[in-house]
Amino acid sequence: MSTPFRLIVTTALLWGTQTAWAQADALQVRSWAAACANCHGTLGVAQAGMESLAGAPKDDLLKKMLDFKAGRKPATLMHQISKGYSDEQLEQLAGYFAALKK
Amino acid sequence: MQRRQLIQTAAFGTVLGAAGLGAGCASTLGQKGPRVVVVGGGYGGATAAKYVRMWSDQQINVTLVEPNTAFVSCPISNLVLGGSKTMADITTPYDNLSKRHGVTVVRDMVTSIDPDKRIVRLAGGSELSYDRLILSPGVDFMMDGLPGMAKAGAQDRILHAWKAGPQTLALRRQLEAMPDGGVYALTIPLAPYRCPPGPYERACQVAHYFSKAKPRSKVLVLDANDDVTSKGPLFKKAWADRYKGIVEYRSKHALADVDAATGTLKFEFNDDVKADVLNVVPPMRAGDIAVKSGLATANKRWCEIDFLTHESKAASNIHVLGDSIQIAPAMPKSGHMANQHGKTCAAAVVALLTGKQPNPMPIYNNTCYSFVSDEDVVHVASVHRYDATQKTMLAVPGAGGVSSAANELEGRYAMAWARNIWADTLA
Repeated sequence: MSTPFRLIVTTALLWGTQTAWAQADALQVRSWAAACANCHGTLGVAQAGMESLAGAPKDDLLKKMLDFKAGRKPATLMHQISKGYSDEQLEQLAGYFAALKK
Repeated sequence: MQRRQLIQTAAFGTVLGAAGLGAGCASTLGQKGPRVVVVGGGYGGATAAKYVRMWSDQQINVTLVEPNTAFVSCPISNLVLGGSKTMADITTPYDNLSKRHGVTVVRDMVTSIDPDKRIVRLAGGSELSYDRLILSPGVDFMMDGLPGMAKAGAQDRILHAWKAGPQTLALRRQLEAMPDGGVYALTIPLAPYRCPPGPYERACQVAHYFSKAKPRSKVLVLDANDDVTSKGPLFKKAWADRYKGIVEYRSKHALADVDAATGTLKFEFNDDVKADVLNVVPPMRAGDIAVKSGLATANKRWCEIDFLTHESKAASNIHVLGDSIQIAPAMPKSGHMANQHGKTCAAAVVALLTGKQPNPMPIYNNTCYSFVSDEDVVHVASVHRYDATQKTMLAVPGAGGVSSAANELEGRYAMAWARNIWADTLA
């Protein structure tokens, strides 16, 4: 195999892998986020009496979750739920909900 | 480690994807896409039906088989017994599943499954073929251990009201008809059973009703377990503070038989108990169709599954959700959990039918609210994450917990939870 060809194949493989990874990652975050829908509504749009998450600024959502997790923000149960997720997972979830339509 | 695993899985997924797509096209082109049949329209099945449609961009055909005309929620149904909610408050039609999501809802019962031909047969005589079958049949009761329940009329007089519906209303009528000064006795089976805190919430709701309407009456809780199985200190505080002199709790009372004619409960090791209203929550197992189909491999009671896909360990292309499964450690049999199973399974089924790799690490939560009066509530919450080594869902250490005390704010959140989960499941 010639060197330029090898380079093209390697690049293509690498690109393919990264795309697949990004896709798998996106589907995983979508599944994680769906677990919030029981209280916060399908696709983050809540029924009356609960906060909607769809379309909220990512930084606000993440700060809230990190504050719940650290016990800085009073809560009835979100301080208990938020501790089930890593900071990185919370950031991915915040990004997912921020990108949804209000 | 996690990342590397993910890359490998993803790369593997691409290869599978190409192969899967080819195979899928060959078998389904000319038809209308893959077919999924969902059995049971409770929290698990209805959620799975909706999310398979949503997450496949309506490319996968979904038929939901459910005998009831509408969904009646077990959560909140104890409030019908307490008198602060009506049957209408806990009932939701199935219309939106078909109107908004294109689910074909068939009002029938599945009588048998042919896993080789991938066909389910319905009581009405027709057959449905499937590429993947999702079973969410809930629980059925093990009445064998209670011979007295087989006598004529016994099951009309001694109700379980553990599947929300006609029995919920019938039990409310019995409580209304009971004279002041009467005794309501509730028996609880050994865990695991549907909704761990449910019986204790029910004791609170009936006591709440008695405290307002017939204060000389008693609630007698006869529990086969060694102690209250969920939110123990919170329920005991409610009984001591709010319902002093009304609720009496007795542990280690394993029910052996009943005599409906005399209103008597007989126990393995304790004296007989007579009461005016007998409410027996019998031991339970996976729904009949799952047991009959040989899927209940754990003690012939519960269905063992792969927690990544909810696929049965006993049959391929058949997925089981909700109360029927052999639960993971610390996982309750709850409506909230069944809804989470529904979404986990839907994502996996869509992935499998489109040649993708299912999510290698599901994470979901459980939240369970119990009403200790008509407005004050206590919760228990937990977060569950897949453990690749043990191949099961495990409660995340340090997460979850209970309310510090019963409170009215959580009463409002509990009703908001109900509205949201009903919509997430059915709208």
